[in-house]
Amino acid sequence: MRAIITVVGKDRVGIIAAISTLLAENNVNILDISQTIIQGFFTMIMLVDLQNSKLKFSELKDALIRRGQEIGVDINMQHEDLFNAINRI
Amino acid sequence: MFSSQEIIETINMVKQSNLDIRTITIGVSLFDCCSDVPQKFIDNMKKKITKYAGNLKSVADEIEDMFGLPIVNRRVALTPISLLTFSYSYEDLLKVASVADQVARELNIDLIGGYSAVVHKNYDDNTRKFISSIPDAIAQTERLCSSVEVGSTRFGINLEVISHLGYIIKEIAQKTAERDSFGCARFVVFANAPDDNPFMAGAFHGAGEGDVCLNVGISGPGVIKKALEEKKDATVDEIYETIKKMAFKVTRTGQLVMQYACKKLGIPAGIVDLSLAPTPKIGDSIAEILEEIGIDKVGGYGTTFALAILNDAVKKGGAMAATFTGGLSGAFIPVSEDSGMVKGVESGSLTLEKLEAMTSVCSVGLDMIVVPGDIEPELISGIIADEIAIGVYNNKTTAVRVIPAYGKKEGDKVNFGGLLGSSTVMKINTVSPKKMIKRGGRVPPPIIALRN
Repeated sequence: MRAIITVVGKDRVGIIAAISTLLAENNVNILDISQTIIQGFFTMIMLVDLQNSKLKFSELKDALIRRGQEIGVDINMQHEDLFNAINRI
Repeated sequence: MFSSQEIIETINMVKQSNLDIRTITIGVSLFDCCSDVPQKFIDNMKKKITKYAGNLKSVADEIEDMFGLPIVNRRVALTPISLLTFSYSYEDLLKVASVADQVARELNIDLIGGYSAVVHKNYDDNTRKFISSIPDAIAQTERLCSSVEVGSTRFGINLEVISHLGYIIKEIAQKTAERDSFGCARFVVFANAPDDNPFMAGAFHGAGEGDVCLNVGISGPGVIKKALEEKKDATVDEIYETIKKMAFKVTRTGQLVMQYACKKLGIPAGIVDLSLAPTPKIGDSIAEILEEIGIDKVGGYGTTFALAILNDAVKKGGAMAATFTGGLSGAFIPVSEDSGMVKGVESGSLTLEKLEAMTSVCSVGLDMIVVPGDIEPELISGIIADEIAIGVYNNKTTAVRVIPAYGKKEGDKVNFGGLLGSSTVMKINTVSPKKMIKRGGRVPPPIIALRN
């Protein structure tokens, strides 16, 4: 299963590190990553593979949201198929 | 990989524009539950609903979490109960209603529909008994929904039942008086009722639907509104194209949820209903879309035109996005459930007469209309008769869900809470249609019914 993680917030040192560490600890592979500034906000988008994840989808999502709160950014994770359904025929 | 723009747009559809799935509705056939012994039927019904919808809540929660997409309601639609209970006493019928409601509560099902009757031709004694039980059935339950089909393009209209329903609606209002006659929100009168409608109060599982299926109702007026905000100088054809594209995207989410839910529950797919269901939230309103198209206040001249464009474009975009479409499939214009419509009523721009005209070009009909509590039953029947005529003679579904709020008069406020919202009691035309309504009898099907 693949998912899209989005991170939106004020830019600061260590955002990518904080998130990628959490993913590595749980054996989640990052397939693609991009970052940009949209309307003044730091926006990072990651495509990840959850096939060998130690955590279930909802547990990983909760862990990411908690990590986001610690570092002051808004993190979300959604199954890739939502984006496929809306943006691809 | 998706572009950042695609991802951000998708996320904003949910976060800023209130994109959600209105309902996953499991249709359950009760034909194999039938018995001469009411208790046996009740036990069978309970077992069967639990078998198919027992995991609905947990599966819907899981899908919601996986896609970050709210699924507002989990519902069940049953075979019209009146077809299965001809020999039952009034008390037995109420017991069936109460157990269906109890099962819904136990399984965390938000609404359960199908306490319904279909009167295509003669209004027989059994159906009359069943319809007479509706006020008590609704008053003693919380989640049970009920509907009566009083006419169809194919078979004509039964005026006798329309006449009776004026009294039935008044009785529901009186029996649920302590909650602003809230019970009337769980009862709807139909022409050309669809067998696969996932939306309440009118959902039932039609006779040709098979043992079980899963239907999905989409929502998403906010998404359309947001897209139109960026089209200030566009021509109507450009607006039409924008609505079509956004409706496609919204419906794709419905199709996606349908696929996942069917797989996880092991239930065959039914239909995706393309209706754009509004909620009382600001920014999730059909009225706001019509105003965005360019009517200063909903209800003004041009509103029917704008609604026709919206409705047709939603269908064209949506039809491309779903494998099976069905149900009501069109824009809904409930009043209390749509904060923009309520504003229109309060400002005087939106009248009952204009709403009636609007129903000729969109889905369903006079929906969640609050009228004075002392309205004559024959006036309610008159409202129903007009709306049913629009449906039958134009070969479309129409419905009436009208709430004569007990003890309230024109301009008073009522509050139903949750998805049903709040509203102001509307002005009605009090010219009596009593003589016509009292005539009773049956209206033959219109000439467009003779198609063979």
